Amino acid sequence: MSDIKTICSIIAFAPLVGAILAGMGGRIIGRAGAHTVTIAGVGISCLLSIRLLMDLLATTATGEPVVYNETLYTWLESGGLTLQIGFLIDQLSATMMVVVTFVSLMVHVYTIGYMRDDPGYQRFFSYISLFTFAMLMLVMANNFVQLFFGWEGVGLVSYLLIGFWYTRDSAIFANMKAFLVNRVGDMGMVLGIAAVAYLFGSLDFATVFADPAAHSETTFQILNGEPWSAITVTCVLLFIGAMAKSAQFPLHVWLPDSMEGPTPISALIHAATMVTAGIFLLARTSPLFELSETALSFVMIIGAITALFMGFLGIVQNDIKRVIAYSTLSQLGYMTVALGASAYAAGIFHLTTHAFFKALLFLAAGSVIIAMHHEQDMRKMGGLRKYMPITYLTCLIGTLALVGFPGLAGFFSKDAIIEAVKYSELPGADFAYLAVLAGVFVTSLYSFRLLFLVFHGKERMDDHTREHLHETPLVVTGPLMALAVPSVVIGALAIEPMLFGNFFGDSIFVLPGHDVLQGLQSHWHGALQFALHGFTQIPFLLMLAGLAAAWVLYRQKPELPGLFTDKLAWLHRVLLNKYYLDDFNQTVFAGGLRGIGQFFWRIGDVALIDGLLVNGSARAVGAFAGVLRHIQTGYLYHYAFAMMIGLMVLMSMLWFVIQ
Amino acid sequence: MEFSTQELIPVLPEITLLVMASVVLLVDLFAPGKERVGTYTTSMLALALTALVSVYSYQGEQLVFAGHHQSDGLSLVLKLAMVIAVAVVFLYGRGYLAVRGLLNGEFFTLSLFGLLGMMIIASAGSLLSLYLGLETLSLSLYALVGFDRRSVASSEAAIKYFILGALASGVLLYGISILYGVTGTIQTAAMQMEIQAVLTSAGQYQMLLGLGVVFVVVGAAFKLGAAPFHMWLPDIYEGSPTAVTNYLGTASKLAAIALVLRLFADVLQPLIHQWQPMLMLLAVASLAVGNIIAIAQTNFKRMLAYSAISHMGFVLLGVLVGTGAGYSASLFYMITYAITGLAAFGLIMLLSRLGFEAENLVDFKGLAQRSPLMGLVVLLVMFSMAGVPPTVGFFAKLAVIDAVIEQGFAWIAVVAVLFSVIGAFYYLRVVKLVFFDGVEDPSPLVSSWDERFVLVLNGLFVLVLGLFPGKLLEICNQVFTGL
Repeated sequence: MSDIKTICSIIAFAPLVGAILAGMGGRIIGRAGAHTVTIAGVGISCLLSIRLLMDLLATTATGEPVVYNETLYTWLESGGLTLQIGFLIDQLSATMMVVVTFVSLMVHVYTIGYMRDDPGYQRFFSYISLFTFAMLMLVMANNFVQLFFGWEGVGLVSYLLIGFWYTRDSAIFANMKAFLVNRVGDMGMVLGIAAVAYLFGSLDFATVFADPAAHSETTFQILNGEPWSAITVTCVLLFIGAMAKSAQFPLHVWLPDSMEGPTPISALIHAATMVTAGIFLLARTSPLFELSETALSFVMIIGAITALFMGFLGIVQNDIKRVIAYSTLSQLGYMTVALGASAYAAGIFHLTTHAFFKALLFLAAGSVIIAMHHEQDMRKMGGLRKYMPITYLTCLIGTLALVGFPGLAGFFSKDAIIEAVKYSELPGADFAYLAVLAGVFVTSLYSFRLLFLVFHGKERMDDHTREHLHETPLVVTGPLMALAVPSVVIGALAIEPMLFGNFFGDSIFVLPGHDVLQGLQSHWHGALQFALHGFTQIPFLLMLAGLAAAWVLYRQKPELPGLFTDKLAWLHRVLLNKYYLDDFNQTVFAGGLRGIGQFFWRIGDVALIDGLLVNGSARAVGAFAGVLRHIQTGYLYHYAFAMMIGLMVLMSMLWFVIQ
Repeated sequence: MEFSTQELIPVLPEITLLVMASVVLLVDLFAPGKERVGTYTTSMLALALTALVSVYSYQGEQLVFAGHHQSDGLSLVLKLAMVIAVAVVFLYGRGYLAVRGLLNGEFFTLSLFGLLGMMIIASAGSLLSLYLGLETLSLSLYALVGFDRRSVASSEAAIKYFILGALASGVLLYGISILYGVTGTIQTAAMQMEIQAVLTSAGQYQMLLGLGVVFVVVGAAFKLGAAPFHMWLPDIYEGSPTAVTNYLGTASKLAAIALVLRLFADVLQPLIHQWQPMLMLLAVASLAVGNIIAIAQTNFKRMLAYSAISHMGFVLLGVLVGTGAGYSASLFYMITYAITGLAAFGLIMLLSRLGFEAENLVDFKGLAQRSPLMGLVVLLVMFSMAGVPPTVGFFAKLAVIDAVIEQGFAWIAVVAVLFSVIGAFYYLRVVKLVFFDGVEDPSPLVSSWDERFVLVLNGLFVLVLGLFPGKLLEICNQVFTGL
């Protein structure tokens, strides 16, 4: 491999250069200039990432994988802790890099069409390139600090992009919400990193993961002297960080609202890449998590809750993007369950396939939204199939991949997770297994509901919109088609090396006792067999059941859903209100904090501090100053007198000192 | 006593300055004119020469003239700082004085002779040369303060300063004579050893030494302007022409720190247990009086006077610690304070014009709108005086507080910080006036480009020195590594 340091630097910094050029010089280089430089930057990153992965795979095949881990420069050294900027390129990060840059490239191209008339065109390109840079810094990091830098960087850009249309109140509300919820997670994350630094005295991945088992017996005294396993505490704290970023229950509340942002970023940030940072983090820190079954159980249960219950919410939504958002939540839950079951490879595998088909679905939804003149309510769509054949076809592929139709990408990864959970013996695994199984039905139901409501059935839009309906231009459909290809084939191609081969090498660590994929491997007879076998399995039947239910409810008997909502009004209400979590947060946390703030402001700040301490002391000081000022009479003999007094005081002091 | 011409080398800076000051005197006689170009240029040349000679004649630590003249790292650093400060004073003051018809040759020659006195203090190897230097400086200052003869305030200030200064000099001289009486020597090094001997012998002279210390402390405190010997300061600051106030508030403060360090760090070091509590009292009183009364001021120059008193409190804090770290912190504090002070007084002069003194706080209203660059300088200067990072004032305070805490005087550090917080109020009030209040006086600013340029440079230097304080801190530390 030729100078890999240079290649890595180019991969990471090319998007940054693009972002700076488009952001700072956007006015000079114009619209075309902005998208040219950013696409060039990300394109270079993408090509080089692919090349890096190929090289790595080639060397893996020979049995001698060349993992690159080097420091670019030392940022600072303080108290024995060295903070560095460096790259760790192993199979895990290389995979992530390819996924990130490829999806990002597609989204860049797509944006040309989607944002064509937007006044903030250059700003948007600058943001998404900046995002790509931050995300690359995150996945390429070889230490926790740099990872955290990327982590916050993507969070920042996410905030900026959710509020991209900053004149909309709802967008500002949504980005503030995303920001605040992520602060909660970041608190866990920072504490987790601090715990790592405390335990291992280093934040470098290689040093920390060299022998974490040495600390498996260490305990922290946290509350009332009860000893807590240090590793468990660390892992749970890190996972709290991951929960906010990857939108796991109950820190998921920001993700549906983030759909206020433009659709391309919903695809890039809130489906394919940023939200998977938490999954990546857990896979990266697998050597730590493996040591704590408590933490793994916790991870699995949280994931299972998210996978199932967020799916339910997707059924009742009418906004096309929100349905997909809840679907994303649910799929992130699947990934988290896989991590909890120690099937890290399966989690990353699902992350990869999901990135492609979910980006596809979002972009397809965006295509529909453009055609519908920014109408997002599915009740006002219908029958779009004949107007937008390419969008329909690609959306169908994305849907089939999502629901796990045997042979398509999602099938392999999702089935692998379900099977892996079956083999897990951790507490909570039974619940998780049921949740992910039921989740298959739910996924199928809401996915086909979307497909039927949008592309089939009666045309419910107004006449004006219908007259202007037509397929979107090539810059929009191109990325759709480009993403459709991996959505079909990536599962079949990647499952064998990723799950059963030596693909990840040493980048993921699994204790022998936890290796659930081992159990899966004993039944492994090739991708085709796996797919054919899939037709006879419970998940497939559940998927068909979901499809049938959607067909009946939204094609055959459209009056039925209304009947259900009447009969089960309470359930419908609970789902519509998202389990009242938002209201709970709004009243208890936001309201409570505001109340406390109000209280402290009134009593503490206004009355005590401002009134008594600040103004009071200011008044006292002022009055005192006024008095002292009069001592300054201006008369010479007063001044001389004061000096004499001072001399006397010092002399009497001397007497005490000598005594 | 043997004498070789070699002994002249360490004294070359003083000789150069004396010769050049005399030349200035002559030049001024033959090259009059409202602008005094010749005098000004020769004065600047004199300063440049003095600085160069100071650097190139320096040959490490040397004691010449029978021990009366001492040249070491401390003297070199102080001399350079003094020369630069005086140069900046000339630069800011020239235009200001010219407009008022005050640009006489006396301003330059008196300032230069005053500088000579300062340099003698900085190099004092005995209490005699110390006193002589002090008197040279003081006499020049008395005349400078009163040299606007048409102004009643100026004359009043000069009289007050002269009488009180004479009183303080007398007190100081009395203290010195007591010390001389006990030890029988006037050279600093010898006197320090004698004092040590008196202390170990536990003889009856302890009380007498203490009395000498008290008088010396009072004399030094007066020159510094530490409370309760500060009364003269606000009146003199306000009454003098601002160009002189600038000289008084910056360059002569460097002489004061030279005086204090030569006295306490050299001669009286063995008596630290006696003067430490006294300086503590003076320091705390200065912090309190300076910071609190400054709040009630409406005149910018008076406010700066009280602010100076509070800064002297900080300087004394570093000195009273009695360690090398403390002394170097004080030195650093004083040098950076002088730099900041130059900019502050420079601002007043730059904003003033004929018939109008921009010395009241309200005159600063909306300055940022009239001139954003000047607004920035005010911001930097005020932040530095308040001790807001990243300006240099923060590091100066930090260094002092560090040294104080190291010696276990945590409570003093707390007191100092508390008073700094109070002090922050009146500094920030100026910033508020400059940036957030409306313009009351929209007349354009008149000033020459070099004044503006140097003022902005001066302001930025406060920031740059705050971002990279390492070099100067290191120099200040090196001066005292011997201790």
